[in-house]
Amino acid sequence: MTRLGQLRSEARFNLLGFRRSPAATFFTVVLPIIFLVIFTSIFGNEIISSTGARVATVYVPGILALALVSANFMNAAIVTVIRRESGVLKAMRATPLPPWVYVGGQVAASLVLTAIMTALVIGIGWLGYSVEVQPGAVPSLLITLGVGAAAFSALGLAITCVCPSEQAAPAITNMCVLPLYFVSDVFIPSEGAPRWMTLIGDVFPIKHLAVALGRTFDPFSEGVPLPAWRWAILGAWGVFGVLVTVRFFRWTPRN
Amino acid sequence: MTAEARLAIEVTGLHKRYGEVEAVTGVDLSVRTGEVVAFLGPNGAGKTTTVEILEGLRTRTSGDVHVLGVDPAEATADWRERIGVVLQGAKHEGDFTAAEIVTMWSAYYRSPRPTAEVLELVGLAEAAGTRTRRLSGGQQQRLAVALALVGDPELVFLDEPTTGFDPAARREAWQTIDGLRSLGVTVLLTTHYMDEADRLADRIAVISRGRIVADGTAPELAAQVAMPSHISWDAAELSTEALPDRLRDLLRSQDAWERPALVTRDVGGVVRELLVTAEAVGTRLDSLAVQPPTLEDTYLALTGDTSSGDGS
Repeated sequence: MTRLGQLRSEARFNLLGFRRSPAATFFTVVLPIIFLVIFTSIFGNEIISSTGARVATVYVPGILALALVSANFMNAAIVTVIRRESGVLKAMRATPLPPWVYVGGQVAASLVLTAIMTALVIGIGWLGYSVEVQPGAVPSLLITLGVGAAAFSALGLAITCVCPSEQAAPAITNMCVLPLYFVSDVFIPSEGAPRWMTLIGDVFPIKHLAVALGRTFDPFSEGVPLPAWRWAILGAWGVFGVLVTVRFFRWTPRN
Repeated sequence: MTAEARLAIEVTGLHKRYGEVEAVTGVDLSVRTGEVVAFLGPNGAGKTTTVEILEGLRTRTSGDVHVLGVDPAEATADWRERIGVVLQGAKHEGDFTAAEIVTMWSAYYRSPRPTAEVLELVGLAEAAGTRTRRLSGGQQQRLAVALALVGDPELVFLDEPTTGFDPAARREAWQTIDGLRSLGVTVLLTTHYMDEADRLADRIAVISRGRIVADGTAPELAAQVAMPSHISWDAAELSTEALPDRLRDLLRSQDAWERPALVTRDVGGVVRELLVTAEAVGTRLDSLAVQPPTLEDTYLALTGDTSSGDGS
């Protein structure tokens, strides 16, 4: 089979496995939608004092960021640790499949999930809460999604290096992202938060993803949003993820 | 054909050291094309380490290794097209059916066997649509063999294909492995069961404490260690009191039926003498039985664990 055919096959089976896993489907698809509907229903029409925009315009990109992190980081990391600990990755190493095709297939599957979630979240935001992507911001949105998916896929592989077992993987990945959601403009706007909270949010990548996405939904923004330094920070985290993965990734079970 | 081309596996002086521990301390092994060879040894003897070095999954400390004419340390995708690997106890994702997993893996090879054909080969045709989490232990092992065969390999490695199986699952796995022989595939399998090695393999290489201690067919191994046989009879027919001193010295144990038993390698001589003794006291000794050394005795003697090798 050609490399492209192999990539497509890997992506297809990754998505099939995803669809058949109730936990993965719930946390990556259902839960973000629930969050979106609940948060926007309660707080959606309040006005953010600094920008004058409605809170719903912050929740749509915030939940989109959460869905992207869930698909590319959480899901990929958990699946990879399960495969490593059950010996599947080691067995794969004994086949002619190049490792990059395996990784590529997983990233491709995450991208498909990201695309589906983007359509769902934007669709619900538009239908339910009249939140719209600004037409001039579409390229910026696509770049942010691409850079974000790449960075969090790399971090997803990197985090497997500190997950000792398949039981530990969901706990460790949640521990990484859950607290950050609260300081990263995902669950609550960071406006008015204590300085240390905004600082923590600024160091880690989720806030930059959420804010960069937010620019594309901001009805008062002028011109084409170009959150270049947020992309740069996301990219830097991605490079960090790649470096950790290259140095510490293992194909063989720990136990 | 060159000598190298006829040897599927050629290993000389293989060493593997993990820190202070020497797991493999000089393994020499050759496997001819089309041969089924069992790599037999107790747990921790270095079987898996050796096989994983041959599979290109582990590096070695020293020694020469050629598998299908290639050093596995420099394994290429082309070389991996030609080998199939069944690792010890790998479990595949339970949410996929057997057929889906085989199809998924067939994409890894340039000219794979069709999924239906592979499942047929390992006797899983009926379970094609079954989620793997619902397969029995024996069926899961067959699936692992199916994945090793999907690329149509010349050489297959099987690491402990039946460890932890109940007798029925073991028999299933044996049938599958026997099937490989008819495909003309070269097989190297590891096991710690002497009966499994004897049943499946043309030749047995015994490894103990990181080195090969014997290599040959089961009868050749038995001859090499020359374990004694047990000669027993019914005490009612011939009392042990009547034995001449030379025979009484051999009287070491009783057999499973509490009969007197002589333990000796000189079976012919001892039986002759025993019959002469019996004739002298006027009995035909119809209850006489000769029990040759068991495979287990041979194995335990070869691997140096003789504590339970006597008196069985």
